[in-house]
Amino acid sequence: MPKRARVPMREQDPEERIKNFDEVALGYSEEEALLEADRCLQCPKPKCVEGCPVEIDIPAFISLIKERKYKEAYRKIKEKDSLPAITGRVCPQENQCEKTCVLARVGEPIAIGRLERFVADYCKENAQEVKKEPFNGKRVAVVGSGPAGLTVSADLAKLGYSVTLFEALHLPGGVLTYGIPDFRLPKDIIKREIEYVKALGVEFVPNVVVGKTILLDELLKDYKAVFIGSGAGAPVFLNVPGENLLGIYSANEFLSRINLMRAHLFPEYDTPLKVGKKVLVVGGGNVAMDSARVSRRLGAEVTILYRRSREELPARLEEIKRAEEEGVNFIFLATPLAFSGSNGWVDAVECQEMELGEPDESGRRAPIPKKGATFTLKVDTVIIAIGNRPNPIISKTTQGLEVGRYGEILVDPATGKTSKVGVFAGGDIVSGSATVIEAMGAGRRSAIAIHRYLTTGVW
Amino acid sequence: MYKIVDKKRLSNNVVQMTIEVPLIAKAIKPGQFIIIMVYEKGERIPLTVVTSDKERGLITIVFQEVGKTTKLLGKKEIGEELFAVMGPNGNPFPVRYYGNVVLVAGGVGVAEVVPIAKALKEAGNHITTIIGARTKELLFFTDVLGSISDKLYVTTDDGSYGIKGLVTLPLKELLDTSRIDMVLAVGPTIMMKAVSDLTRGYKVKTYVSLNPIMIDGTGMCGGCRVTVDGKTRFVCVDGPEFDGHLVDFDELMMRQRTYIEQERLALKLLEEKDA
Ligand SMILES: Cc1cc2nc3c(=O)[nH]c(=O)nc-3n(C[C@H](O)[C@H](O)[C@H](O)COP(=O)(O)OP(=O)(O)OC[C@H]3O[C@@H](n4cnc5c(N)ncnc54)[C@H](O)[C@@H]3O)c2cc1C
Ligand code: SF4
Ligand code: FES
Repeated sequence: MPKRARVPMREQDPEERIKNFDEVALGYSEEEALLEADRCLQCPKPKCVEGCPVEIDIPAFISLIKERKYKEAYRKIKEKDSLPAITGRVCPQENQCEKTCVLARVGEPIAIGRLERFVADYCKENAQEVKKEPFNGKRVAVVGSGPAGLTVSADLAKLGYSVTLFEALHLPGGVLTYGIPDFRLPKDIIKREIEYVKALGVEFVPNVVVGKTILLDELLKDYKAVFIGSGAGAPVFLNVPGENLLGIYSANEFLSRINLMRAHLFPEYDTPLKVGKKVLVVGGGNVAMDSARVSRRLGAEVTILYRRSREELPARLEEIKRAEEEGVNFIFLATPLAFSGSNGWVDAVECQEMELGEPDESGRRAPIPKKGATFTLKVDTVIIAIGNRPNPIISKTTQGLEVGRYGEILVDPATGKTSKVGVFAGGDIVSGSATVIEAMGAGRRSAIAIHRYLTTGVW
Repeated sequence: MYKIVDKKRLSNNVVQMTIEVPLIAKAIKPGQFIIIMVYEKGERIPLTVVTSDKERGLITIVFQEVGKTTKLLGKKEIGEELFAVMGPNGNPFPVRYYGNVVLVAGGVGVAEVVPIAKALKEAGNHITTIIGARTKELLFFTDVLGSISDKLYVTTDDGSYGIKGLVTLPLKELLDTSRIDMVLAVGPTIMMKAVSDLTRGYKVKTYVSLNPIMIDGTGMCGGCRVTVDGKTRFVCVDGPEFDGHLVDFDELMMRQRTYIEQERLALKLLEEKDA
């Protein structure tokens, strides 16, 4: 069994990188990738594949890297994952393939994500084949251009469908564009994937809110099937006193101002953002880490306040580590009780200390308030990153579309079929806030199901 | 896309513009609004649609050139295109028969109230309209609203036209002397607050059309949140019209000023560039 540790990935130095928005992780060189690929045992019953939500043939692509057949390796990944350059960067590998990799039991698992990213970056210019079947006479509409919508669109275009992709915002990409910052996922990578989808003939229509600009029921008159990939874009607030004071943002607002509207480049770009010297980020997921790290880059002192303990932080390990390296402070086991301010601007937050009780429905130990234990923090900016819910615009304006408790669209998980004939859904609108790879996987399953439905005519 | 087909100055700094957006022209209802971006690096700002022409796919907006974005918009000429126009957003106004309705409008609210006024008129309401402006030169659309309304009052702060004083002056008189079933105020927040404060004492149902800072207009950012009846609501999806007696206007006015310094800077830079 090889004892060699995994090959580290070069990163921008923390001192330097908090002064820019350039990508932090620099990726493997060819030599590094070959060295890392060489650690793979090529297990006959590969455990890693079991951990992958879309079952990429991981040993096969790693073996192709060993043979220096990078294009082939890229195509192998693309069989299952339509966005390798993106998932290689943002997948929580430590909970997926790298968690189940056999080597994880005896030491460090193979750096599968880094290898995936290497292959995708290596092939960025020329491995994407714009090959598709001739037009089959059928039109499909896709709502939302996040990873789910992009995947369905590309897959169906390849099969010969005419696909129209509607997006509410002025730019495509969903959370990839408005949520995840450049230093984790550079915009040119998303652009490249979108160019590919367009090259396949998908017609991209921005600035259309389905349910407002056009009703879903109207789309069904012009299109044989509709896929809804509208994400979980509605921010959850704490609902505590003082939350509407100035200087308090939802993470969605804060991150959209930066990523979508480029507020960090004000006044070259017109959208402003005001960030003070002391930022408090409430939450512990990727969204919280991103908000904290953006704030650092805007020159603030940043503290993350999380109601559980370090072990329960839901963010990717790598991002937690990088946030720490960048000087983000953490306060665990506490939650805001109230905000107070002067002249309308927030200047302090009263917090409640928590302790962990019995596991709740999520399987994690539930935070419960510690009697009488409160403290106050001085802050001038607060970012609330405690979660997002499905946006109800479509379900509220569509007849016969069944939704669950939080407004999530109810579907058959194998196909994405909703309660409404001809309508499919997938990604965060179904699962609630989840991951890029799961949204992509759901898109792929629905593409197959839509193809079957429109070929056989059987719902 | 989003081609400007007509443009007209209604006063010194108020512009009316007609844009080609067939889908919105078809879908929009009175009370709803759109979000526009003038150019790629621009802000997203909400604007009310004043009239729409389904057949020709046109919508007409009226805006006052106050900040950088509206100034840039005002510079766009017929034949040019806007970068983005999205909507309709928000809920349609609850148009029905109320009886005696008083519409109070100030600033660009004078234009914004037009589609609702028309719809309320068609629903059989008796419409009294009060338009307020600082001075005569700033008045516009008195003829448009005059022709829709059964009775029209105009007030100017300096008395240069119509009644001298604020819109609340004729409104109070109406409240004192007749039965009013509903009041709708559209315009500067301070005016909507004054109207709501006045009608509260008379227990007359009062709607206001709120205009906070927005980004997406779809309920995604929460930047447009206001407190209504002690609860946080998003104006872009829960509004834009709310019960004026329940709105926390002071909070709204505070939130509208969030970026006042940056707005001044952007405007200054634009003016320097133009000079
Ligand atoms: C800040 C942040 C960081 C994240 N980091 C990670 C990470 O590191 N790794 C990871 O795996 N996941 C991460 N996630 C989660 C991941 O981004 C999402 O799970 C994923 O993007 C969901 O994809 P989707 O296609 O379902 O929806 P989205 O990406 O949300 O896209 C939905 C799109 O639909 C559009 N839309 C909505 N309603 C309508 C309508 N009515 N009409 C037209 N268009 C509409 C929206 O504007 C949006 O563009 C992160 C999320 C956030 C917010
Ligand atoms: S489980 Fe690990 S060692 Fe085995 S094939 Fe997968 S990546 Fe290679
Ligand atoms: S403008 Fe973003 S939620 Fe209303």
